[in-house]
Amino acid sequence: MNSIETTSDLLKPTTRLKRRYRVERWFKRLGLTAIALSLSFVAFLFFTIFSDGYTAFKQSYIELEVHFAAEEFSQEKLANADYPGLVKHAMRTMFPEVTSREGKKFLYSLISPAAAYTLQNMVEADPKMIGTTQKVWVLADDDVDMLMKGKIDRSLGEGNRRVRDIQLAWIDRLESENRLETRFNKTFFTTGDSREPELAGILGAVKGSFFTLLITLSLSFPIGVAAAVYLEEFAPENKWTDLIEININNLAAVPSIIFGLLGLAIFINFWGLPRSTPMVGGLVLTLMTLPTIIIAGRASLKSVPPSIREAALGVGASKMQTVTHHVLPLAMPGMLTGTIIGMAQALGETAPLLMIGMVAFIVDVPGGITDPSAVLPVQIYLWADSPERGFTEKTAAAIMILLTFLIAMNSLAVFLRKKFEIKW
Amino acid sequence: MYSYLLPCILLFSTGAYYWGASRANSIAEASGGMRSLHSLPSHYGMLTALSSALPALLLFIIWQMVEDTIVTSLVAKSLPAELLQLSANELTLVLNEVKNVAFGGFGAHNTAPAIQTAADLYLSTRSWMRNLLGMGTIFCCLVPAVIAYRSINKDLRARNLVEGTVKIFLIACSTVAILTTLGIVLSVVFEALIFFQSVNFSDFLLGLQWSPQTAMRVDQAGSSGAFGAVPVFVGTLLIALIAMAVAIPIGLLAAIYLSEYASSRMRTWAKPMLEILAGIPTVVYGFFAALTVAPLIRDFGQSLGLQVSSESALAAGLVMGIMIIPFVSSLSDDVIHAVPQSMRDGSLALGATRFETIMLVIIPAALPGIVGSILLAVSRAIGETMIVVMAAGLSANLTFNPLEAVTTVTVQIVTLLVGDQEFDSPKTLAAFALGLLLFVFTLFLNFIALRVVRRYREQYE
Repeated sequence: MNSIETTSDLLKPTTRLKRRYRVERWFKRLGLTAIALSLSFVAFLFFTIFSDGYTAFKQSYIELEVHFAAEEFSQEKLANADYPGLVKHAMRTMFPEVTSREGKKFLYSLISPAAAYTLQNMVEADPKMIGTTQKVWVLADDDVDMLMKGKIDRSLGEGNRRVRDIQLAWIDRLESENRLETRFNKTFFTTGDSREPELAGILGAVKGSFFTLLITLSLSFPIGVAAAVYLEEFAPENKWTDLIEININNLAAVPSIIFGLLGLAIFINFWGLPRSTPMVGGLVLTLMTLPTIIIAGRASLKSVPPSIREAALGVGASKMQTVTHHVLPLAMPGMLTGTIIGMAQALGETAPLLMIGMVAFIVDVPGGITDPSAVLPVQIYLWADSPERGFTEKTAAAIMILLTFLIAMNSLAVFLRKKFEIKW
Repeated sequence: MYSYLLPCILLFSTGAYYWGASRANSIAEASGGMRSLHSLPSHYGMLTALSSALPALLLFIIWQMVEDTIVTSLVAKSLPAELLQLSANELTLVLNEVKNVAFGGFGAHNTAPAIQTAADLYLSTRSWMRNLLGMGTIFCCLVPAVIAYRSINKDLRARNLVEGTVKIFLIACSTVAILTTLGIVLSVVFEALIFFQSVNFSDFLLGLQWSPQTAMRVDQAGSSGAFGAVPVFVGTLLIALIAMAVAIPIGLLAAIYLSEYASSRMRTWAKPMLEILAGIPTVVYGFFAALTVAPLIRDFGQSLGLQVSSESALAAGLVMGIMIIPFVSSLSDDVIHAVPQSMRDGSLALGATRFETIMLVIIPAALPGIVGSILLAVSRAIGETMIVVMAAGLSANLTFNPLEAVTTVTVQIVTLLVGDQEFDSPKTLAAFALGLLLFVFTLFLNFIALRVVRRYREQYE
């Protein structure tokens, strides 16, 4: 009698079994939530950066009617003429009703200080312009630009925003006369850093990053490959080799800022290399990326089957010939992949470069490895720290450019791995 | 000529290669075919090229290192007598000025005539020395190459010589890692020792007051120059703790889901998506933390009636946690994968659900590895710089309240060292002392973690 009951009970899920299954389902959902959460972080991050940054690729310009009065150019040199005065004069003629001293100050502040240089370049390129009146599009000030992009809230009270009511009226008038428009921001891609958000560009930092990576690549690739080859193919198993291995593994996990301290104490203070230059930056990043490259290189050497080595040795090749003629070419795709990943790491690294003085404010676009320069991530850091509203979108735009480079490098690494991967 | 020396060396050694190889070829023809040679012609060529390039490069590199010292000491000797009587420090200043004038740098105009002559002397000395060096380098390029060329015969063991040289190069490259560690230890320890001469070690380690701004004048307020690092350590630990509170549950759950539940198709796309988080530069996270997350948290806290600092530890810790998720998840994923399938099968066959299998079999088996990966993640969180520099505060508050601003070791290193530095003030040296502690602590964590992970792997292999 008892046994019959048990059989039917076995087919019916007990409350305990139900509870166990419920826990199981909950746990599975929890895991899925964890993944969804981290992926939504990625999405949120990219979304914020894109929505903050895409406006930086456009810039506001104002059209002025500039009268290049001949008497302004009576001096010998064209560069000595009063170009800011020309801009102010043009603004005054456009808004003749503004007479008070304060009103004029607000009026002039609509235009970027760069306008004077635009006029100077025009005159120097074509001196026949003197005496004529020209329509010129010049850069608007960053506050006007922010307003045009909707980043300054018009509904706020006058005291709480950077643009005055009277300036708002002028801007609206300029807009209705089609004298104010946003265009593609060429400045951003052709200039170095600046204190004025509307003049700040990314080219100096991109070139600085390029030179720094050039140094890093040309040092860390040969050294990394050589070290990997020695450790994997030649090194005897002894204490010394163990020591090197432990060192490499530990260096891979040392905080990057420590490498900056090393660079500061040894490269700059002891060797006397110039500060803020791609040369020192490249050296520091070389030391930082070497462990990555060596570890990746060893892994790809390890994946070459021993039969290749035995076959080469069997037909009379020396150990060195075996490695250079057979093992190394087969391991090269993996090594290149590791190197590209190391370079991507180096491109995004900021902290050690702060230590060696790459945070300096540098306007000039660097021309070589010994010129002081900024690099992309440091430029992002500097702009993110700037109080002006206009730098926020520049920062996000610089991040977009940095991420573009990083994604390109990582895709190249994935492509190389897929294309040349050999299944033994 | 000087700036073309490196290309010259390259050109000469390339020429030497073909020269040596062709001599080997002709010797082979004369003595009855290639087989009579000990090595391949390319080895003979390589030997000639190496003997041309190596001595010249060595000379060039040595000159690069000592040039300034030699020229400066020559110029210093010729300075007028009244300048020579100056103290060593002042003499260095004068010599620096001479160099500035010589290179047309800052302060190049209206200089004293003595300095101007010295600058001219500097330039002329350097130029004739460089010419001399150029000739020396070319001599070093040619003579050893000729010697090597003449010594080529069919019994010369060129391959062994070349391969020996290459092997020395390989060994030298592999020691760079050791030199780097040595460099880190030396640079940090050396400066830290100087720091501990002026600040007591126990005061530094146990003091509760951190304000490294030393007073310039006696009557200056608010700059006590206190170097008690406890508030800094507490801040670092607080932020790392918040980060781990985010990263460990999410990372572990993600790893368990991916390795135990997810289909292989989901794994192939979800894993790289997670690794994107690891590939984003930390400065981007810093921007995200400072400009998006911190205001969000502040506004949210204010709506609840809480006083939240705009540089709260919570914002920095949260974002750092997001950054560390992929470290925890990918390391634990590897570890969970290493648990033998037979253990899973055994547990499932006994009627355990997957959850029970995971909790009672897989996690206990993988625990050492998981602990190791968490330790690695902790060391990452402690050493992370940019997020905290951008999103955490500067003032060292001794608090465990995550809504207040705290500072961390890395933030202090950056703020103390960025900008103008004098290497004799305790303020700058304090950064190196903090760096030493950071290095030792992370090294300790890494060392244990790597050992644990390695021993764990061996257990199941």
